[in-house]
Amino acid sequence: MTGARLAVLGVGAVGRSVVELADEYGHTVTAVADSSSAAIDPDGIDTDAVLKRKADEGVVGDSDPDAALDADYDVLVEATPTTLGDAEPGFSHIAHALNRDNHAVLANKGPVAERYGDLRELEADSDGQIRFEATVGGAIPICSTIDDFGADHITAARGVLNGTANFILSRMAAEGLDYDHVLAEAQDLGVAEADPTFDVEGIDAALKFVILSNVLADGDEEYTLDDATVEGITDIPGTALELAAEDGRTIRLIGEATPDGVRVGPRLVPDDGPLSVTGTLNIVQLETTHADRLNISGRGAGGPETATAVLSDVSRLVD
Amino acid sequence: MSDTTGESQTHTIRLELVDEPGELLGALEPISEAGGNLMSIYHERGNVTPRGHIPVEVDVSCAPDRFERIVDSLREGGVNVIQAGSERYDEELVVLLVGHLVDTDLSDTLQQVEACANASLTDLSLSAPRGNDDSSSARLRLKTKSGTTDAVLSTLREIADGKDLHVIEPLTEGTQ
Repeated sequence: MTGARLAVLGVGAVGRSVVELADEYGHTVTAVADSSSAAIDPDGIDTDAVLKRKADEGVVGDSDPDAALDADYDVLVEATPTTLGDAEPGFSHIAHALNRDNHAVLANKGPVAERYGDLRELEADSDGQIRFEATVGGAIPICSTIDDFGADHITAARGVLNGTANFILSRMAAEGLDYDHVLAEAQDLGVAEADPTFDVEGIDAALKFVILSNVLADGDEEYTLDDATVEGITDIPGTALELAAEDGRTIRLIGEATPDGVRVGPRLVPDDGPLSVTGTLNIVQLETTHADRLNISGRGAGGPETATAVLSDVSRLVD
Repeated sequence: MSDTTGESQTHTIRLELVDEPGELLGALEPISEAGGNLMSIYHERGNVTPRGHIPVEVDVSCAPDRFERIVDSLREGGVNVIQAGSERYDEELVVLLVGHLVDTDLSDTLQQVEACANASLTDLSLSAPRGNDDSSSARLRLKTKSGTTDAVLSTLREIADGKDLHVIEPLTEGTQ
């Protein structure tokens, strides 16, 4: 889809970058909303002014946030924070767009991980489509690669899909430091959030592998976070990484989406293998039926990186 | 022409030896005399059986009928043969155990691992920090019978769960 009119919900790192980069991709932002306000203009909002006001005053405009849902747009970009369980309010935002036969592009993992079947049902009754490349692996084109191959030609996905945990493990291995020390460093650098629970307990990675399982199952089966076996990295002492290194191995928080289910946990992998990416890099390995393994690696988080996936999704939508 | 019947295959013999000079050599002689090809000897010197003997694991390659002759002559020579069979430990498995290994009786943990029918512990590295409060780590190298990796891992998880330890398992697929 070219020259799309976008309504962007959520003005965190990703939503803000989508607003900033939309013009470069040939799209127009006609509405933007955060949790307390909205800016709406059918001819395109003044993105610089809106983002400046957000930075200065904490609001994007004078309208009620719900007004953005009723604005003129072709594609709703759902970039509000991920919520679990009923995945609200993200789910209702998408439902609203599909009910009026518009498209929805998600950066919010909640609805795709927790209510995949409901989403696909709404989509089936709508002229609009949903896409969610940005929910898995930031800038890395994973969902679209699976689309290209066809889900029935991919038997499993595994890899590293949480940059914070990967940063911590690779720093622990490289510097011989303990978990708490490296976590504090990661928080100083902005790599880890003040509350890192989602990342270090493996929940964020699990949500992404649940989404991949849903995509790979292609409607035959539906997965939610409850179906995943999840273990984090908080109990790993520095000595474990030392012992692994002595044997030419290292530890990574590895996720797997296989016919056996979804599993995320710290695993021993060869030090020089493809899955031992360092720092905040992500990698996904797809097991294909006729072409062995495909490794795709890149930046799995960050505003502009994830916005790239959102805007590529908008381009992929078919009118 | 060979005077034996059947193809050569590898057999594992598990012996218990008295800890005295010459015992190992004495046990190995019947093997070479019977024409068995000695593949490997694993001498667990640090590990003593409840009877105070030293377990030794020997891999021998020979034809099945010769293998029986070897086991018979070992027994005739007074060697304690615990297990003799054609099943072979031919897969290696490396796992890490982390947690309060020392406080939870490491030697008991290892004995439980050794009791696992499909695996044999071949190497152990322990890294324990000075204080008792911190958790420590151990790297276990196991030989497992082919096709039993999942079962062995599941047993290891059970042993670890019972002591509130964590097993860091290898990713066996997709690491090439």
